Amino acid sequence: MSAVSITGAAGSPESQERAGAAHRAQPRPRRWYRQPALVAGLSIIGVILVLVIAAPLITSYNPDTQNLNATLAGVSGHHWLGTDQEGRDTFTRLLYGGRLDLQIAFIAVLFPFVLGTILGSIAGYFGGWIDIIIMRLVDIVVAFPFFVLIIALVFVLGPGERSIYIAITLVGWVSYARIIRGEILVAKRQEYVLAAQSGGLSNLRIMGRHLLPNVITQAIIYAMSDIVQDLLAIVTLSYFGLGIQPPTSDWGTMISDGQNFLTTHWQLTTIPGLAVVITGLGLSLVGDGLADLLRPGQS
Amino acid sequence: MGRMTFIGRRLLLLIPTAVGVTIIAFFMIHLIPGDPAQTILGIHATPRAITILHREWGLDRPLASQYWLFMDRLVHGNLGTSLYYGVPVGGLITSHLPPTLWLISYAAVLAVVISVPLAIIAASRKDAVRDHVVRAVPLLGLGMPAFWLGLILQVTLAIKFRLFPVSGYGTGILGHLHSMFLPSLTVAIALCPVIIRSLRASMLNVLGSDFVTTARAKGVPAARLYVRHVLRNAVIPAVTVLGINIGFLVGGTVIVEQVFQIPGIGQLMINSIFQRDFDVVQAVALVFGFMVVMVNLLTDVAYASLDPRVRFDK
Repeated sequence: MSAVSITGAAGSPESQERAGAAHRAQPRPRRWYRQPALVAGLSIIGVILVLVIAAPLITSYNPDTQNLNATLAGVSGHHWLGTDQEGRDTFTRLLYGGRLDLQIAFIAVLFPFVLGTILGSIAGYFGGWIDIIIMRLVDIVVAFPFFVLIIALVFVLGPGERSIYIAITLVGWVSYARIIRGEILVAKRQEYVLAAQSGGLSNLRIMGRHLLPNVITQAIIYAMSDIVQDLLAIVTLSYFGLGIQPPTSDWGTMISDGQNFLTTHWQLTTIPGLAVVITGLGLSLVGDGLADLLRPGQS
Repeated sequence: MGRMTFIGRRLLLLIPTAVGVTIIAFFMIHLIPGDPAQTILGIHATPRAITILHREWGLDRPLASQYWLFMDRLVHGNLGTSLYYGVPVGGLITSHLPPTLWLISYAAVLAVVISVPLAIIAASRKDAVRDHVVRAVPLLGLGMPAFWLGLILQVTLAIKFRLFPVSGYGTGILGHLHSMFLPSLTVAIALCPVIIRSLRASMLNVLGSDFVTTARAKGVPAARLYVRHVLRNAVIPAVTVLGINIGFLVGGTVIVEQVFQIPGIGQLMINSIFQRDFDVVQAVALVFGFMVVMVNLLTDVAYASLDPRVRFDK
């Protein structure tokens, strides 16, 4: 690899931290509930998930039913967070919107994860021309700014949920491919792989049963921050009118609806944005906690 | 190998990436469901208009020949014609480019100005309260939608306190600096988490090395120690991280330009999306792609000049 290469997993801040104390195992009890970041993150995400999943039990309003007698209402016992310009209950829309956004974000992360892991494993394990082709492809996709490519792809595919999945998959796989390839390059020189190879195991079996369980950790940790990025992409697309289509509620459309009333009813814009920030905080904490738990010997 | 040879080599390596960028931009047309010409021109398009567009884009020819046509036009500086404005796309892009370049550079400077002191504060006493406070910043920043932050800054600093214009590009250098402060700050805040994290990590690495202990033992004052000894070494990985995230920075401008109504190529792209002006969207995506490729090259060169240990080989 070249001394000043821009490829490889060097992009993640984690890899900078890893450089110093790479794989220096410290025997210490590492139970998941002793990781403050992980516990805090899981609690935040847990509360949010319970709220959005149990939305029909928590609120009796319909998120899309308009009530033109109660538009732009303030905070009250009936409307915990007030109502929007069409009299729809903000709290209800927040819960149902979060339900949709989180559902899409969690599903959307799976496709690039699987595709990137497969391509990264093939590139790292076999090397040679197939590695060159896959990594060139990575370079090309990376050349486009994330949001530019996502917005352009959703534009050509037509707005909506399906386009979001396709766009995120086409753009998102590259990070996983880089991470897994880098890990495989190191792991494939280890003795257990050489032993498996001389034992006559098939390449597929070595990759699937021996290498993958050892390298997948990094991809899982990255996936946590990737969900945050996907959530941001979904919310941003919806804000621009390219994602979730009105009247269905979503945090992005709520922010976009509310910005016309920003000076008088700031809560309409601020609250859905805060929901995104808190969800992002929770997921980042889970990611950091997992990193501490799964990568030995680092702080 | 000398520096020029190194740069030349990197330029050669850029060619396949640049060609790939054009291929992706080219294939965007073919992702459009159904007949692209029909979709782009809308349901009221006359058959004649559709035939003209087919011929102009060569949609009736084989794929390879279509790409050849696309590249032939591209190398002649022809990026197509805007369906909405009725003018060549190339001119549209040149006139919208300066605000975007301003925004990118301004945001990069602000990001460094914010991140470096925070990273020093955090790294100078690991695990102290201030370290934890600084480390919490990225956690909040990573999940913050840029357009939302832009709106909040707008309503507080521009509308309530009237410190900055609500939107626009401003006139003259001072005008640009004033008008573009909030948008640049928005992009910078989105970028800071990554820089703070990597800079803090690499500073901790440097702080643990022998030459820092020696410098401390010699009685080098703290300020001098951090600026001359620690920062100089720690900044190298941070530059790489900044370079790799330049795509993120550039992409962020698309969103922020829309929020602050800055007439850059990002806003041009979003507006063209709603005008279904396909040639413009394709060309802007292409320009953004080339921009990132060029910045990556600059990062490599900067990296090599900052760190004398980097050899210009392979």
